[in-house]
Amino acid sequence: MRRGWLRPTLFIVLLLAIWEVSVRTHPGLILPGPIAVAAGIAELIRHGLLVKYVVASVFRVTWGFVLACITAIPLGLALGWYRRGEMAFNPLSQILRPISPLAWIPLAILWFGVGDLSSIFLIFVGCFFPLLLTAMSAVHNIPAVYVRAGRNFGLSSTAFVGRVLYPAVMPQLLVGMRVTMGIAWLVVVAAEMIAVNSGLGFLIDDARNAGNRYDLVVAGMVVIGGVGLLLDLAMRSLEQMKSFNWKSSEE
Amino acid sequence: MALAQPAVAAIKSGFKLHAQQLGVVYGANGKSVSALEEINLEIADGEFICIVGPSGCGKSTLLNVMGGFLAPTSGTVTIDGERVTGPDQRRILVFQERGVFPWLTVEGNIGFGLSKLRRAEREQRIARYVELVRLQGFERSYPSDLSGGMRQRLQVARALAVNPDILFLDEPFGALDSITRVMMRGELLRIWQQERRTIVFVTHDIDEAVQLADRVVVLSSRPARIQEIVTIDIPHPRNISAPRYLELRDELLKQIGLAYEI
Amino acid sequence: MSALKTPRAWERAFWPVATAALLLFLWHFAVVWTGTKVFPSPLAVEKGMVALMPKGVLWADIANSLRRVAVGYLIAALVGIPLGLCLGWFPAANQVVNPALQLMRPISPIAWIPLAIIFFGVGDAPAIFLVFLGAFFPIAVSCTAGVSNVPQIYRRAGRNFGLSDIDLLRKIIFPAALPEILIGLRIALGVAWLVVVAGEMIAVDSGLGYLVIDSRNSGKRYDLVVAAMLLIGIIGLLLDLGFRRFERLPSVRWGFRDVA
Repeated sequence: MRRGWLRPTLFIVLLLAIWEVSVRTHPGLILPGPIAVAAGIAELIRHGLLVKYVVASVFRVTWGFVLACITAIPLGLALGWYRRGEMAFNPLSQILRPISPLAWIPLAILWFGVGDLSSIFLIFVGCFFPLLLTAMSAVHNIPAVYVRAGRNFGLSSTAFVGRVLYPAVMPQLLVGMRVTMGIAWLVVVAAEMIAVNSGLGFLIDDARNAGNRYDLVVAGMVVIGGVGLLLDLAMRSLEQMKSFNWKSSEE
Repeated sequence: MALAQPAVAAIKSGFKLHAQQLGVVYGANGKSVSALEEINLEIADGEFICIVGPSGCGKSTLLNVMGGFLAPTSGTVTIDGERVTGPDQRRILVFQERGVFPWLTVEGNIGFGLSKLRRAEREQRIARYVELVRLQGFERSYPSDLSGGMRQRLQVARALAVNPDILFLDEPFGALDSITRVMMRGELLRIWQQERRTIVFVTHDIDEAVQLADRVVVLSSRPARIQEIVTIDIPHPRNISAPRYLELRDELLKQIGLAYEI
Repeated sequence: MSALKTPRAWERAFWPVATAALLLFLWHFAVVWTGTKVFPSPLAVEKGMVALMPKGVLWADIANSLRRVAVGYLIAALVGIPLGLCLGWFPAANQVVNPALQLMRPISPIAWIPLAIIFFGVGDAPAIFLVFLGAFFPIAVSCTAGVSNVPQIYRRAGRNFGLSDIDLLRKIIFPAALPEILIGLRIALGVAWLVVVAGEMIAVDSGLGYLVIDSRNSGKRYDLVVAAMLLIGIIGLLLDLGFRRFERLPSVRWGFRDVA
């Protein structure tokens, strides 16, 4: 992939050029061109706002995501293992799952007020069900040989969970976590637009409301895309670690 | 390097494994299918037993019952006088495929059952079994770096490291190419002669059975019963062109042929 | 793969019902015990839902949300499927275009709202645009992956039998990629439903999402809020189940049977 960076980059440059040209040829269009956006980003950096907002958004995502992990994953693993547990909770989670995290906003504000806690709650809600389902599915996919070998060696239940179950579900779990991290990033932007006053989502909303600074709006979008991509790459590199990555090299 | 008949020597010390009137019946959707019927088998300590039979006849089921992974519908299995009620470290099952844990290194796998030992002793044992199965130099490698034959050797090492009384092998070389298979048979014999465990080996390959076993148990097709037990009285190393070898091989082939007709 | 005995048939109905009943009970109890004036009890929610139904407003909202999903999803499919298939078929093209897609994917559809409003004004159109954005990426990605994951041996067998490119695509590549494409379409439908609700909360003034936020803003009717949320959940579930049922139709499967 290293050698093939030239053409994709040219393609992106081409798209940017088309964008810039179409903006220039339509004066009066509120939409800013890429150059204006770049200037907007520079301005944000100069005022120290960019770093501050990115940190705020990442902070919230991390909290919501981690909380969802430590609740949903063990629960999902348990439900995947005990079929009765799964039967008990399945209908409930099937109904709650399609409810957009944003639909929880009124309840979030009711319970947590306006501020960090509600947005973290929203991210938590958005991450909980995907992680739950991934954990359940991962347990179902453990090859039976591993379970038998674990029992053969006389492992206690806790030892079995730690030394066979967790490593066996890791690859699939990590992929699910990466995808869920992406979801969390999508949610944080929306949550911030409504319920807080810092962060990238807030930036976008505020820049529009308080002065129609659409260059900053798009700048915010670009930064959101960039940081989201970086988070994704970071999770991918975690997946690559050899002791987790055993699955792809299996067959 | 002829060895004394292990079966003869061990009969004096009593039987290691005793299966009595084993039966396994599966029930699904109201229909019941009898997989095993009236299996009576006695295995002496240190013996190498092969179980052969047509595909799907229940060889693996028998192994799983003897290992304690499956509860029989009738009958009992006793090992060293004790009834088998579940899996146990004293009898380890070696699988055909995907048996080793891919997230652990060679060392990690071999040491898997050794967590109760002190570090020095554990490391010593790991080193010993790495050497036994000839995987020196690969201690830190992951199973994905090893060939199929090496992975099976790793599985055997992991099994032996916990000093089991019995080793159950379920078509362990089935997924390997024929050249590797021949090599692995030699390796297994070498290890067996050195370590002297009781081995119960399931295979559908007649040649493999005649080359390895002291006695060969022939199972009929479903519902599986013990059709015949053939004693292989050739000392190791066995010449696969020798007349006696071919005689025994033909005998077994005939047995299996009969089994299809029942 | 459970450690316990296989559950019997009656348990399939028993456990979910028992859990639901227990949770409803706890919910009701929590409301009564904390004496909250604001958070509704299950009964209040049910009454709210019943009250909404005849008003016709509810049905209009549901219809609006579904309509936006349908249009946005359709456009996303019409654009995404051919694009995804092309990128899967021409790896060189994928190599060029993919990074651009990857850069755009993490941008939440919500973040596009200000731009959507500029382009399309207020009303149905921005919501449809958002749905399009949300559904487009899963569809395109799964089409690309589905095509590029078709095992080489299938392609070679096709060539061996003298199939032309078009035939190859139609008879081998598409059926082989179909399961993965269908999964992507189903996920995209779920995303579309999430996005439409989110979009309606911010940029439109009708639809279920709007109902949620409006019930709170104009009168703190949390019973309606929760009722609307449950409706969103149920409709989302029905969409998902409906799609799964659709997947199983023989005509959709093109006679392709799971080899696994």
